[in-house]
Amino acid sequence: MNRFDYLRPASVAEAISAGRKPGSAYLAAGTNLLDLMKGGVARPALLIDITRLPGLDGIEVLPNGGMRVGALVRNSDLAYHPVFSKRHPAVAEALLSGASAQLRNAATVAGNLLQRTRCAYFYDTASACNKREPGAGCDARDGENHLHAVLGWSPECIATHPSDFCVPLVALDASVEIEGPTGSRVVPLDSFHRLPGSEPQLETVLSPGELVVALHLPASAAGYAAHSRYLKVRERTSYAFAVVSAAASLRLEGGVVSEARLALGGVALKPWRARAAEQVLAGRACDEAAFAEAAEVALADAKPSGDNAFKIELARRILVRALGLAAAGTPDRMPALPGSVFAQPEGLALHA
Amino acid sequence: MNSTLSFTLNGMRREVAIDDPRITLLDLLRERLDLTGTKKGCDRGQCGACTVLLNGRRVNACLTLALSCDDAEVLTIEGLSEGDHLHPVQAAFIEHDGFQCGFCTPGQIMSAVGLIQEGQAGDDPERVREGMSGNLCRCGAYAGITAAVLEAQAQLHRQTQGEAA
Amino acid sequence: MPETAPVHIRQGSSIGQPLTRREALLKVTGRARYAADNHPPGMLYAVVAASSIARGRVASLDVTAAKSHPGVAEVMTPANAPKLAQDPDEKANPFTFRLDLLQNDRVRYANQAIAVVIAETLEAATEGALLLRPTYETEPAHVVFASATPFVPPSVGVGDQPKASRGDVESGLTGAEKRVDATYETAAQYHNAMEPHAIVAQWDGDRLVIDTPSQGMAMAQSRIAGLFGIDQADIHIRSPFLGGGFGSKGLISGPQVLGIMAARLVNRPVKLVLRREQMYGPVGHRAATRQSFRIGAKADGTLTALDHHTVTASSSFDDFFEPSGGVSHTLYATPALSTTYEAVRLDMGTPLFMRAPGEASGSVALEGAIDEMAESCGLDPLEFRLKNYAEVEPLTGKPFSSKALRDCYVQGAKRFGWASRPLAPRSMRDPAGLLVGWGMGTATFPALMFQAEARAELRADGTGTVDIGAHDMGQGAWTALAQIAADGVGLPLDRITFNMGTSDLPNAGIAGGSAHTATAGSAIHNAGASVIAALAALATNDERSPLFGAGNTGVLARDGRLMRRDDESRGESYSDILNRAGRHSVEGKGQAAPNPGTQQSYAMHAHGAVFAEVKVDPTLGQIRVTRLVGAFAAGRVINPRMVESQYYGGMIWGISFALHEQAITDARSGRITNANLAEYHVPVNADVPSVEAILVDEHDPHVNALGIKGVGEIGVTGTAGAIANAVWHATGHRARKTPITLDTLIR
Repeated sequence: MNRFDYLRPASVAEAISAGRKPGSAYLAAGTNLLDLMKGGVARPALLIDITRLPGLDGIEVLPNGGMRVGALVRNSDLAYHPVFSKRHPAVAEALLSGASAQLRNAATVAGNLLQRTRCAYFYDTASACNKREPGAGCDARDGENHLHAVLGWSPECIATHPSDFCVPLVALDASVEIEGPTGSRVVPLDSFHRLPGSEPQLETVLSPGELVVALHLPASAAGYAAHSRYLKVRERTSYAFAVVSAAASLRLEGGVVSEARLALGGVALKPWRARAAEQVLAGRACDEAAFAEAAEVALADAKPSGDNAFKIELARRILVRALGLAAAGTPDRMPALPGSVFAQPEGLALHA
Repeated sequence: MNSTLSFTLNGMRREVAIDDPRITLLDLLRERLDLTGTKKGCDRGQCGACTVLLNGRRVNACLTLALSCDDAEVLTIEGLSEGDHLHPVQAAFIEHDGFQCGFCTPGQIMSAVGLIQEGQAGDDPERVREGMSGNLCRCGAYAGITAAVLEAQAQLHRQTQGEAA
Repeated sequence: MPETAPVHIRQGSSIGQPLTRREALLKVTGRARYAADNHPPGMLYAVVAASSIARGRVASLDVTAAKSHPGVAEVMTPANAPKLAQDPDEKANPFTFRLDLLQNDRVRYANQAIAVVIAETLEAATEGALLLRPTYETEPAHVVFASATPFVPPSVGVGDQPKASRGDVESGLTGAEKRVDATYETAAQYHNAMEPHAIVAQWDGDRLVIDTPSQGMAMAQSRIAGLFGIDQADIHIRSPFLGGGFGSKGLISGPQVLGIMAARLVNRPVKLVLRREQMYGPVGHRAATRQSFRIGAKADGTLTALDHHTVTASSSFDDFFEPSGGVSHTLYATPALSTTYEAVRLDMGTPLFMRAPGEASGSVALEGAIDEMAESCGLDPLEFRLKNYAEVEPLTGKPFSSKALRDCYVQGAKRFGWASRPLAPRSMRDPAGLLVGWGMGTATFPALMFQAEARAELRADGTGTVDIGAHDMGQGAWTALAQIAADGVGLPLDRITFNMGTSDLPNAGIAGGSAHTATAGSAIHNAGASVIAALAALATNDERSPLFGAGNTGVLARDGRLMRRDDESRGESYSDILNRAGRHSVEGKGQAAPNPGTQQSYAMHAHGAVFAEVKVDPTLGQIRVTRLVGAFAAGRVINPRMVESQYYGGMIWGISFALHEQAITDARSGRITNANLAEYHVPVNADVPSVEAILVDEHDPHVNALGIKGVGEIGVTGTAGAIANAVWHATGHRARKTPITLDTLIR
């Protein structure tokens, strides 16, 4: 890890002023940044410790019925927050399916949004990576890539975004409140992360100095609370990144879907909202045929970026399953294994 | 650069000069304060051997910058027992053989203490297993660990009720 | 093994007790001091810079940049590394492995040490290593197992023949009514003990003190003495606790020696701890294998031939060949049997013993192939195994010194509820609709003995001391050996001091091969016999003793007293004997070694039966082992609590083998892409919902005086195969490649 200067600003304005300087980085819990610094992937000259900034750790219901979650709220605090978890159970489930209890106790809301890819070639500084070093090439293309992207990738980058949290958030139209040198703005989460295109080094829409201060969920998002699930397939029962994951939220009226919200995780460099598939479901009865059709539509543009074609079929299947679980209803209590295929209600018919 | 870190470590107020901003909480404990009970297994938040309680919550000390612990309360394995009087989690780990080589054990125990304080697992073994999954044990003492956590939790609850009565 | 004549009997109540670990208090309070917890005054930190290429040479290192980083004291490279007294590539014996010690600029594998940065702080040394920014002359690397050219290795494991057979396999196959021809593949695996390899080295002239985890201190002393040209007696190793070893700390590794060299270079104490990602290369691993079977059977399920061909890999510069065929020599009765090997050389670190080396990889493959044959014959897998139960060792025809495998099958099956298993795959579901499968495997591991020495002392105050340089890597040596020691000198456990874990104690041999309790325990037992004999001689030759003249009868030692064997009312305390003789203490020594006679006459193995339940998501493919029951017979049990834990640990390694562990290597660079604990998966707590171990009674009069077989490794065997077979039973898919990953189940 390189030597760096350490600054603990007293206000958001002071933080932003310092954050505009090239080579600076905001430090919250550090669960991702310190990891990257230890690997030599990130070498900031200045760390701006924002953990003491006032007013960034609140969870509140706004007068418009939406929720505002401060950027510094810890993942576990949000997941167990009585109001938030009732209104947004799939988000809570996604949070609790990620990482470990220790990491969730430390990691913040904004840090989760801003976490970097787990692509091995991004982490390995001896490998070519356009994201780490623009123009260097992408060693993942012809390398070990069975967990890489199947949607939205480019020849320059086939990495995925590793967040669980972001998947239901993007489905539920969350947005990101940003403070910056030129004032504040709110960006839909779906537009917050960039697809790689020809500039995979640009990961979000944040400009230099801009600081995520809060996350917003619209009032409408709470309308899905009765039928909202997050499901995550992984290579061990816990403490593993998703192979693929899905968030499904439904509003049902008399067994018919009035509105659906769908997103996939582990398939692209951003949490992948499946809007066209949502449209397929609107007005349809809650049955396997409708779910399968929606899944087909959701993955219509998918293509393997390497030895990972299986993820396309897996993504279809997990969407179908997540929809089935959502239709069956949000469980009264968080499953013992959040987001796991091994903690699902009895009697839900699994075919095949 | 020289900074002073003021924090409470195992119940004692400490002022520590930090001459290098890179020092993690883990390396501060192990290499500068001679508190070597907290272990380094991966240094990347992937094994849980470095688990300590920071402001009462279990975290990975390897991914915590020491400077960011200013004013914080840190509890390590060395501060858990009162003299030779073991914390119930420690005693239960011995009884249930919740370790073999012992290297992950301080982290497992601090994680278990944190899990019990969080109060989310209840007496459901499956929730305990999930809640303890951030602590790898290569020797494979998981069955004993789960049993130990459940027993210690039950005992702590009985103690709390006893005090309330 | 004969006791020291005349025959004195010792009785104690320690052996067999489920005592908790004697070092437990230290471990649960953080006071157990592992190697990296030491911090002598004036100590510097050393950090390895590792190669990012797999073959070639280092062209340049920016030593200036590293040295100009504040706090960096020195950079050790081939230019200034201490010259060694012995070429580290010189092989004195098959247990000597070639080490990369900065004696030249060659790179033979990714993650090889190419420099060591030494600094005042860990932070400075770590950054200094990064600042070296090496450049290389890279040569094309061969790291792909499947594309390399195979050859027949001269030997496999440590000195085993690469070819063994009995009977006529080809005619056995020709005459068979059922045939299974199948190829199984196992992945490369890394030990990944939770404690990274670490050393704190201090020189005082030509004397060396090191704190380092070791499964074999005497061998480490010998290796270090040779490399540095110093006297073995001048090397003091402290290794009271290992944070896991699993074979990777059996021999001193290159990075540990580099720590010693660094300390010599800077003439100050140095601590060197490998970073987790640096453990994927220089400290050994289990090589990948491809194992092909040709098995024949009669229609009724009687085996007629078994041919087991293993292809494995070693490094480009040294020999260790995973001996996977061994399990086929011992497990199933067959009139014709053949095991053969081929190997390839890859630009990777040299493989090494990793928990059940050969047995683990061989077992998962053999148990799968045997299950396929059972399926082909339409037989229940347990019935098939019983039908082909080996009453004598199939390869050698030798009788077993003991073999309670049938009891293991029966007790394990009963506990598991195996009898209600439907024969057809894909016929069970749980209430949530998950596929459920039951599978089984037979466990086996040889009962080995190495050489060891021990020392015992009894004192006039009624206490005793037993010394042996034994190693505890978690298996429970501090406890189990102390139990043997207490009974060995006829004292209660709380009246003896038991010392181990340092190299100035008698040589306990290596803690490996599941043989440490048997070996070190036998040496302790014999040391006890010797000290009791000395004490008895004092008494029986002393007219004032109630034991006078009992020399021919022999005495009985128990609870600090000697008594006549024919009349226990006539006896006296150890203290009385020593005080009357005016002796402060009496000493005895004991040794242990394999007995060539019994080895010639008997096949000696531990056995077990493992039953596994898995659940598999029918559409998403995710797998979980929901239940494991293992029943093991391994001779005498010294401490059932510790033995049970060893079985659990081994069985969880079986889960890991079957479903999780694999090192993924980039074919171009030769670097392992998942060299970390986030993506090199080992089981977490949630992967182990239920594990049970049954300790099956077994009396073995031949293996050693105490009747002990090993328990450390057998649990891995049988289990991985049982899980793979359960996955087949759940899904109908026969996975012949481990780890079994979900993508293979949904395709």
